[in-house]
Amino acid sequence: MLEVLDVHTSYGKIRALKGISLKVERGEIVTLIGSNGAGKTTALKTIIGTLKPHRGEIRLDGNRIDRLSTDKVVRMGIAQSPEGRRIFARMSVLENLELGAFARADKHNVAADMGRVLALFPRLGERLQQKGGTLSGGEQQMLAMGRALMANPKLLLLDEPSMGLSPILVETIFETIRNIRQQGTTILLVEQNARMALRISDRGYVIQAGYIVLHDRADDLLRSDLVRKSYLGEKFA
Amino acid sequence: MHWSELIIQQTINGLTRGAIFACIALGYTMVYGIIELINFAHGDIFMLGLMVSLTLFAALGLAHTLGPWELLIFMPLILVLTMLITGFLNLAVDRIAYRPLRRAPRLVPLISAIGVSFMLENLALVWKGPYVLSYPDVFPSFDILRDVFHLESEIYVTSKDLLVIGVTIPLIFGLHFFVTRTFWGKAMRATAQDPETAAAMGIDVERMIMLTCFIGGALAGAAGMVHGLYYNIGQWWMGYQAGLRAFTAAVLGGIGNMPGAALGGFVIGFLSTWSDQYISARWTNAVVFSILILVLVFRPHGLLGEPAPEKH
Ligand SMILES: Nc1ncnc2c1ncn2[C@@H]1O[C@H](COP(=O)(O)OP(=O)(O)OP(=O)(O)O)[C@@H](O)[C@H]1O
Ligand SMILES: [Mg+2]
Repeated sequence: MLEVLDVHTSYGKIRALKGISLKVERGEIVTLIGSNGAGKTTALKTIIGTLKPHRGEIRLDGNRIDRLSTDKVVRMGIAQSPEGRRIFARMSVLENLELGAFARADKHNVAADMGRVLALFPRLGERLQQKGGTLSGGEQQMLAMGRALMANPKLLLLDEPSMGLSPILVETIFETIRNIRQQGTTILLVEQNARMALRISDRGYVIQAGYIVLHDRADDLLRSDLVRKSYLGEKFA
Repeated sequence: MHWSELIIQQTINGLTRGAIFACIALGYTMVYGIIELINFAHGDIFMLGLMVSLTLFAALGLAHTLGPWELLIFMPLILVLTMLITGFLNLAVDRIAYRPLRRAPRLVPLISAIGVSFMLENLALVWKGPYVLSYPDVFPSFDILRDVFHLESEIYVTSKDLLVIGVTIPLIFGLHFFVTRTFWGKAMRATAQDPETAAAMGIDVERMIMLTCFIGGALAGAAGMVHGLYYNIGQWWMGYQAGLRAFTAAVLGGIGNMPGAALGGFVIGFLSTWSDQYISARWTNAVVFSILILVLVFRPHGLLGEPAPEKH
């Protein structure tokens, strides 16, 4: 469904992605793991068109999207829950969710998806009129994910959904990610929490300093030395 | 005139003047909110609103006081045409002078805006000449309290006060309804809050900027037209003074905050008429700016503005 081919992205002179390639197939959960500053967020921003790659190609269902503006990429079926949530703080929860559906052509299905999102995140339903900026961190994360789902995307990009959440809430969020996939949405996940992320994923990629250094099935990655040492913090005897 | 009547009189004058400032300040603040640019040319769009409407009246051969039917037909027609023209003009200014500089450091579009302001002023100078223009007295002027209600009073509320209020207040509330209740209005506010995330909602950010510039220009144009009808004069440089006052109003209310701009407009309207009356018109600018400075010292983000949210 998504193909990223030899993509290079820079911030001025700083090269953040130095030729990454990855694939996400329909119905998969794919995780991108890497340490701080490795280029994970840059990769997601390049896919959704916030950043433009200066080399390489990105295809969605065979169509090139790397030259399109973000709103057009979104219209083609990609949505994102961004790093740091980026809730519209001065708008209500309901308005945030409605904005998620802004670009949809099938307006008649929006109400059904609103129901689906509120079923996934009941906490949001109790707070529809509350201003986004007054939600707790966990609630904001739910809102960011719910807002992305309101676009009914083919492919959902999640940038560190577990960041800053309590362990119990992290469990819930990962459980929800699984449910979202079950309902037919393909997911590309970026996580620091490598163990939990790989457990729910089909495949994973490891990114270091702008290069993909490893990719494999998720359970094999969980067993690999590199991942165990660098991302799971295991000590070797 | 009794002192209490004087206060009421000045308050009515302030309301009228403030409504015009509010209309200009709203466009100022909206454009700032979405592209973070102090659009120095905004006051000149207001001036051109006056010039354009003046030309439209002349083109239709309307130089006399209009009768009821003429009013009903021509006033809305010319108002709408003026708003369309100044709206598109403001949109064109953004396209030509600001959009190519979207990624440039902030100072660059600011200088471009000052340049546009000079160009628009000189355009008006060449077009209409350096003289004080007399704006035809097309709107019938009569005294409401005495002529209509036959009240004995020293206070003047004229039909022209009602005209200004009748045009500006519905526009202000219409805009409020648009940005708080409609889908596109919400998308516009979302874009102002966080353009990158708005784009990720599938919102075409450039289109929202165009819409904002259009609305801001149209409001300034409407303000220019009612200003002409109310004061019956106009001059090529008048946009400078009006722009400065409206900018002050926008900052006073909290730049980027729309209810703040409307409030700021009325506050400046009242302050300036009271100052004209009780201090001296020569001191009015000093009074207005002193109040602005005081407000900014104690509330740096303005009366209704929130402390600047983190921009990403
Ligand atoms: N706006 C920017 N300007 C300049 N350099 C940037 C910018 N954003 C990111 N970078 C640099 O690009 C590199 C990749 O950053 P990126 O945000 O993609 O990392 P990340 O893998 O998401 O890290 P984290 O886990 O901390 O979120 C880093 O070296 C970072 O310093
Ligand atoms: Mg990141």
